[in-house]
Amino acid sequence: MPSRADSGEATRSWALGGREWTSRLIVGTGGFRSLEQLERSLEAAGAEIVTVALRRVDPQAQGSLTDVIDRLGLFTLPNTAGCYTARDAVRTANLAREAFETDWVKLEVIGDDRTLLPDAAELLVAAEALVADGFTVLPYTNDDPILARRLEEAGCAAVMPLGSPIGSGAGIRNPYNVRIIVEQATVPVILDAGIGTASDAALAMELGCDGVLLASAVSRAADPQLMARAMRSAVEAGFAARTAGRIPRRLHAQASTPDEGLPELG
Amino acid sequence: MKVVLNGEERDVPDRSSVADAVALAGAPAAERGVAAAVEGEVVPRAEWEDRVLSEGEAVEVVHAIQGG
Repeated sequence: MPSRADSGEATRSWALGGREWTSRLIVGTGGFRSLEQLERSLEAAGAEIVTVALRRVDPQAQGSLTDVIDRLGLFTLPNTAGCYTARDAVRTANLAREAFETDWVKLEVIGDDRTLLPDAAELLVAAEALVADGFTVLPYTNDDPILARRLEEAGCAAVMPLGSPIGSGAGIRNPYNVRIIVEQATVPVILDAGIGTASDAALAMELGCDGVLLASAVSRAADPQLMARAMRSAVEAGFAARTAGRIPRRLHAQASTPDEGLPELG
Repeated sequence: MKVVLNGEERDVPDRSSVADAVALAGAPAAERGVAAAVEGEVVPRAEWEDRVLSEGEAVEVVHAIQGG
């Protein structure tokens, strides 16, 4: 089989929501200490899609987030962070549609503020309503294969299972569930939430995810710009490794050096 | 008359519009990523000038902030 190493395989484009993308790393803009740091980190991450939240206008706010995003030519993906009911999430999505002239929404419906875990029942109701209203819905969901399937059946453009709770940096706690979600999905699977460091992002890609969405792992790192660069490499490396086909795990050693021709030195 | 703008009661001239409320809230008119709702219903930007507020109505003016 000819190698795909030189054919740009590690950065092969992919489709999400009817558009082609090159970067498989989606970056949330939350948690950065300044807009300058955000801008440098987004550049280092090579991101094409960034998430933003909607909140009441603060006349004291310094600088403009949308200016940063526009300067870098990035695609704005509004989220419904902070919504606890389907009704609130649908209203927030409609505000976002008006604010950004986009039908895309990262749908978050949270169960409580201690775990920030999705409320599965409300999430599904919101997803169905938004799909019916013409939105391209990217739902942040539990690592539950059945719920992921229901969201896909509802018409979501992707499913975005968590690795572990938002901002926990605890990595992918149930890689088996993520594998099952990937195995059955016919829409892109994006690992969203819980990434702590580069190896978590690489693992997500090795498990078969189409992309990774993260924020805190970069924005709260000691050096966000450097961590953004690391995440970019990790996502590319994980995707390339998965495509390359890893060796099976064995209990015992398997020599890579042949025994034949070993000189008698005794 | 009084309206509730982003959760605060504010005095505004009679027949103020959503556009007036957006300006009062402190949102630059030209800024991308601003949206407004009256009594929970989104008012499209194209209707901001024409949508006149009534006494006691609640107006929410939002914009993009950093968020995961």
